[in-house]
Amino acid sequence: MNAVPVNYYIILSAILFTIGALGVLIRRNALVIFMSIELMLNAANLALVAFSSANAQLDGQIFVFFIMTVAAAEVAVGLALIVAVFRTKKSIDVDQINVLKG
Amino acid sequence: MTVFIILALVAIITALGMLISRNAVYSALFLVLNFATVAVFYLLLGAPFIAITQVTVYAGAIMVLFLFVIMLLGTDELEDTDNLTWQRPLAIGLAVVLVVEGIYLMLSQNTLGFITTPSEDLGSPQAIGDMLFSKYLLPFEATSILLLVAMVGAIVLTVKNKKGEQS
Repeated sequence: MNAVPVNYYIILSAILFTIGALGVLIRRNALVIFMSIELMLNAANLALVAFSSANAQLDGQIFVFFIMTVAAAEVAVGLALIVAVFRTKKSIDVDQINVLKG
Repeated sequence: MTVFIILALVAIITALGMLISRNAVYSALFLVLNFATVAVFYLLLGAPFIAITQVTVYAGAIMVLFLFVIMLLGTDELEDTDNLTWQRPLAIGLAVVLVVEGIYLMLSQNTLGFITTPSEDLGSPQAIGDMLFSKYLLPFEATSILLLVAMVGAIVLTVKNKKGEQS
């Protein structure tokens, strides 16, 4: 197998990150926005593992492990928030959630 | 190289499918496919432990949680309310500019290094465990507290008020 430059991995990571950012900007379903945030975290993980592999340093993979833990915690709390908002608003359209009052 | 290009195409197409599809369930399934592709990338990069963690934590636990909430709320499709008219093309244009700029920056630079066939013991579970319990012991313990707080927070947010108040 011939070698792949790290730049290609970083380009792929940038493309995935931008698709995630675009999802946050143009979608209004709160769940899809959450999935886009997961996609962005994943793109950052891919860049970290690519650099870790290119430099033969293990620290990047440890960081990815911690990022995954934080993402799991974030998803648990975020989905609980979405469920709580849905109970009061009967909708998860983020355009409807423009009032802080419950 | 060919493996990289094919996998990259699959990853980008599934990410776009997640973005475009109207139904939230389809978005979640596209995202599962995308996470699986990234797990294969991790295997290519010589990180088998991270690849397995990716499949179990992301594609397994997190996406099951997403699908569960989508089914629970029953809001897989939203009707179109056109509150954002001019922002949407602007967002797409800015995203295209960002991608083109990033690709140009990465291609115009000297290469940052090459990924060859990974060595056997670099990303092995044993090496990761050694490092996790020696150099990164304090962050590892902090992670356990973080998970506990997230668990308590999720329960507190979703538990129903028992004192008769309906909300």
